[in-house]
Amino acid sequence: MRPDAWWAQPLLIFVGLSTFVAYSTWAAFQGQHYYSGPYLSPFYSPEFFGDSPHSWFGPKPSWWPAWMIWSPALLILWAPGGFRLTCYYYRGAYYKSFWSDPLACTVGEPRKHYRGEQSFPLIMQNVHRYFLYLAMLFLIFLSHDVWKALWFADSSGKASFGIRVGTLVLALNVIFLGGYTLGCHSFRHLVGGVLDQLSRAPARQKTYNCVSCLNRRHMLWAWMSLFWVGFSDLYIRMCSMNIWTDLRIL
Amino acid sequence: MMKTAMFRIWRGDGQNGEFRDYTAEISEGMVVLDAVHQIQAKQANDLACRWNCKAGKCGSCSAEVNGMPKLMCMTRLNELPLDKPVTIEPMKAFPIIKDLVTDVSWNFRVKKKIRKFKPRPPDAPDGTWRMVQEDIDRVQEFRKCIECFLCQDVCHVLRDHHKHEEFIGPRFIVYTAALEMHPLDTENRLEDLKKAQGIGYCNITKCCTKVCPENITITDNAIIPLKERVVDEFYDPLKKLLRLLRP
Repeated sequence: MRPDAWWAQPLLIFVGLSTFVAYSTWAAFQGQHYYSGPYLSPFYSPEFFGDSPHSWFGPKPSWWPAWMIWSPALLILWAPGGFRLTCYYYRGAYYKSFWSDPLACTVGEPRKHYRGEQSFPLIMQNVHRYFLYLAMLFLIFLSHDVWKALWFADSSGKASFGIRVGTLVLALNVIFLGGYTLGCHSFRHLVGGVLDQLSRAPARQKTYNCVSCLNRRHMLWAWMSLFWVGFSDLYIRMCSMNIWTDLRIL
Repeated sequence: MMKTAMFRIWRGDGQNGEFRDYTAEISEGMVVLDAVHQIQAKQANDLACRWNCKAGKCGSCSAEVNGMPKLMCMTRLNELPLDKPVTIEPMKAFPIIKDLVTDVSWNFRVKKKIRKFKPRPPDAPDGTWRMVQEDIDRVQEFRKCIECFLCQDVCHVLRDHHKHEEFIGPRFIVYTAALEMHPLDTENRLEDLKKAQGIGYCNITKCCTKVCPENITITDNAIIPLKERVVDEFYDPLKKLLRLLRP
């Protein structure tokens, strides 16, 4: 048995992921205080249907089942959630922390039977690249949200350019999510990893090198983006509830 | 007075065995293998231990030091907590022959089953090929492997689940990656990887990367890229459609 603190990392991951899942689930089901002025919480963006001014197609759709709790976030969160759930980094992390498969390197595990990702259900993790395509779309939507967060309406309703703390919060969110999404292992494969002679495709080679650079810190990007997307929601929620004041920088 | 440390070493064969305590004198710069040699010379002449280069290049002295797979010759004593006994035991993924020596011949049998390098026809009339360094960089990382089999030992699929018949382990996925990603190679090993070699058993714990003494980024640069190639070939409907349209 290892005498070092091998349990510390899986425990930290368990606490970190559990906290995020608990908070994001709670926030997704709230259905209110998810926007403030030009800001829209990343948990609710894009808002296809909803009551905020950011909604694309108007209020709650009539086809939404009456027995189901309504929140605009429920329409979209499955996509970024699926991207993280099937991410190669998170897979390795939660197999250890939540499923003890194994608990930590050389520590062993509580079960004898093992199928890994060779058969159902975990063979479904191979869908990751499709969630990547969706995550790319989300990056575009969230970048547009940052653009909108640069325009603040005065009392007469006229919008003027400005930068507030919330603008920076949303901009950092896109940067962190971009670092995480564009450093994805599947993306690395698709842009160039699939080729054996990258030198014959110089543009793809450059892209591959950039993606590889992000990929080397994939774990760091994964955690920074996870924390910041949660904080972005919290910031907008607090501003919307008038608990925090959104300070003007410019 | 010379400083001493306690070493708890596995003694025995595949059937029976136990940990025995030995005390060794330690000095600056010593590695675990030095201590084992000292114990072998002074206290336990029959202690079996495989070693060769003492420079981290032959991959012979693989063992588990304080529960982690390591090369004994590259594990310095000043990196270990010496207030407690240092545990040294043989690799658990392979059958024990005696004491710290294991039978790693399974690895050589696996290697023989991997499809060999099959280069494209020569580029020049003199029978030679032309390659660009950038294209071979990726493969050269894999060629650093010294076949110490620490990655095989730490892999829970082999170590805990004993899937030796269904899974080739990280070492041979690296070996396959070196062939499969080679710019001259024309062989297709993806079906073997998916079926007989069981790449799907890897659940990306990255333990193999952690223990590699050559710092090969096994998981990110070999296993995951090959998993992605297997997805291209067998699981991605869009890729299948593209292949139909553009054979």
